[in-house]
Amino acid sequence: MGKKLLLEKAHVPGIRNYDVYRREGGYRAVEKALKTMSPDQVTEEVKKSGLRGRGGAGFPAGMKWSFLAKPEGVPRYLVCNADESEPGTFKDRYLMEFIPHLLVEGLIVASYALGSNRTFIYIRGEYAWIVDILEQAIAEAKNNGWLGKNILGSGFDCEIYVQRGAGAYICGEETALIESLEGKRGNPRIKPPFPAVKGLWDCPTVVNNVETIAAVVPIMNITGEEYAKIGVGKSTGTKLISACGNINKPGVYEIDMTISVEEFIYSEEYCGGIAQGKRLKACIPGGSSVPILPANLLLKTAKGENRMMNYESLSDGGFATGTMMGSGGFIVLDEDQCVVRHTLTLARFYRHESCGQCSPCREGTGWMEKILKNIEYGKGKKSDIDLLWDIQRKIEGNTICPLGDAAAWPVAAAIRHFRDEFEWHVQYPNAAQNRNYGLAHYADPLPVVAAPKA
Amino acid sequence: MADQPKLFKVTIDNITIEVEAGTSILNAARMIGGDVAPPAMCYYSKLKGSGGKCRTCLVEVAAGSTADPRPMPKLVASCRTNVMDGMVVKNITSERVQDARKGVVELLLINHPLDCPICDQAGECHLQDLSYEHGAEGTRYEFPRRQFEKHNLGPYIQLHMTRCILCYRCVFTADQLTNKRVHGVLDRGDHAEIATYIEKALDNDFIGNVIDVCPVGALTDKTFRFKNRVWFLKPEDAHCSCSKCSGKVTLWRRGDEVFRVTGRKDQWGEVQDWICNECRFEKKKTSDWVIEGPTKVSRHSVISANHYVDTVKPHEALPEVMGGRNPRLLMDIHSISEVNKPEIDLSKIQGPAHSNDFKKSEKPKGQ
Repeated sequence: MGKKLLLEKAHVPGIRNYDVYRREGGYRAVEKALKTMSPDQVTEEVKKSGLRGRGGAGFPAGMKWSFLAKPEGVPRYLVCNADESEPGTFKDRYLMEFIPHLLVEGLIVASYALGSNRTFIYIRGEYAWIVDILEQAIAEAKNNGWLGKNILGSGFDCEIYVQRGAGAYICGEETALIESLEGKRGNPRIKPPFPAVKGLWDCPTVVNNVETIAAVVPIMNITGEEYAKIGVGKSTGTKLISACGNINKPGVYEIDMTISVEEFIYSEEYCGGIAQGKRLKACIPGGSSVPILPANLLLKTAKGENRMMNYESLSDGGFATGTMMGSGGFIVLDEDQCVVRHTLTLARFYRHESCGQCSPCREGTGWMEKILKNIEYGKGKKSDIDLLWDIQRKIEGNTICPLGDAAAWPVAAAIRHFRDEFEWHVQYPNAAQNRNYGLAHYADPLPVVAAPKA
Repeated sequence: MADQPKLFKVTIDNITIEVEAGTSILNAARMIGGDVAPPAMCYYSKLKGSGGKCRTCLVEVAAGSTADPRPMPKLVASCRTNVMDGMVVKNITSERVQDARKGVVELLLINHPLDCPICDQAGECHLQDLSYEHGAEGTRYEFPRRQFEKHNLGPYIQLHMTRCILCYRCVFTADQLTNKRVHGVLDRGDHAEIATYIEKALDNDFIGNVIDVCPVGALTDKTFRFKNRVWFLKPEDAHCSCSKCSGKVTLWRRGDEVFRVTGRKDQWGEVQDWICNECRFEKKKTSDWVIEGPTKVSRHSVISANHYVDTVKPHEALPEVMGGRNPRLLMDIHSISEVNKPEIDLSKIQGPAHSNDFKKSEKPKGQ
């Protein structure tokens, strides 16, 4: 049984309500932070914990906090990014639905550390019912003196507001989120300046994922040093993984990043193996935009070691043989899934969600979708595969925000690892309409020395 | 010397220049001039906040600064990246940049209708120039091009959304020149479009400037629509006393007829002074204007190729290489063609040849 920090109490009956949450030891972190620590000490504690941003990029949260510019007389803002729209990711929803006070508590502590008197939760528009849950939690917290003016006599004022988005994936990008929060069109801003200097209403702003904020609470409770002891290397603490796809037990799991991918998929504690006794073909371990990996590379790194569920091990080998932790949207594909169709689905998603501001992403995502559609429906050409590769290469890294990269990576990884499946679609268009390519060699053990050597 | 602004040394394509702190790479490159200046489709120095969107001005930063000489991992948009002291930038000397730029141009063109033959912008279109310089001859795009519902923007401005590259310049223009913007970008992604949402005419006094800032033929002058090709017109600097604007314009005339009025553009294709709608759309008589003289047009521009009178005949090279013999004539086109008579000297015709020009010589009308 792995250590649980976030979801430990998530299933206590009535934990959604303040009384139960408080009885179970809630709001201790606020008490500790506001009564015994200075804001800088809180930041220092988060730094010590080694907590990495749980939204996808994995940037150390404490560092991000310490970059926040603090000019005199200018308000600072903390924005909680609850615009969880990455396909395959639903961990924040779970957290907010079951234990909303954990987020509120984390937000109060983080607001105190950053000096944010007005803190916002920007929540995905589709999570309409969660807005009510959060607003109820905020109201309860306020009634009990955890929000408002002069909290716990510390002189610190804080209000939390919930703002619903209108259902755009791009508004999960922090600068687009800020634009949207300001009431503008959700176009990502051109960086620099970074939000830490000029964010919401041109004031210094920190944008953090729901899970990152929630993780501040256990860090306060058990201290940063203790938190850092959980996990391995730079992957400290626990991570929520939302597992879905062809597994026996889809759901949100809290892992402590010391288990292997194989254990995560096959153990009864977590996913419980592939559904209907089928075999594993491929997996996207971190939400739709991270590279897909075939079964053999997923379970073992190119060096032949077991791949573990943490930031370093998943990205071992770079994009050539590795992938990314991302947001923890663990999508499992069994032997009956078609990688081409899967890639088409993702390409359609990114075409639909591109904001249209910069040209490579606006034009390129649509082009990739059309080509993939041709290949999937038996109208593809051999040259289309190279063309796809070229288009994704032209998009990646040349766009304003990471959505361009996120659109390019899945296509690139699919071609990199599953090229023969694409070629099969082109070569046998009729067969490709009737059956799937199957598992092929994607689960075969890797050659002993797979590392590319001249 | 405390007043002197801080100067940063920046090297672009092996040319070093000293610029003030806070200058963008693009502007530093423009100070050097020539081929070193990256193309810019969306950046407009006179519009605050513009730039960063088209990605044609991407450059490689080989060294960030003297203090931190690490290269930047990604190509950066030179219009929105400021120079640092000791920065080393590669534009045309970087293969990576050339490759990326070619990719951007290809992507900009995949949904462009390429209707240059009927586009009023042809000849002064930045996208045309860009694709000549950086694009490929062919396209790899095999799908129907994007189309939009047509929107009417009123009596002066014609919108062709299919040609738009979403540079946002017209949006910034309306924001910064007028007190109420009625058009904007609707929708998102590849179906984003410039529109007014509720069909509405753009009728602000200065809204005509969106025509000048548009890098492509998406926003054109309705009063000039299909009237003439720009390269048959003669641009002249002119001015008038106008109560609303500076009155400094470029007149585009053919003979005595004023075909259109635009702002005066500098060498980067940016207007020097914004002009008002009255000057642009209403004053279409030579007598309205005081003409200063011909506008300087870059000799590379098709507009300056406007020498149809008394041109030198092409040098006949074939007899030379064939040892004095003339090539054998298989078919004389003139024996079939109704037009294109050899006795008409095309160089004597003002402007483009018209079938009337040939008919006249055949049957000269008795006066």
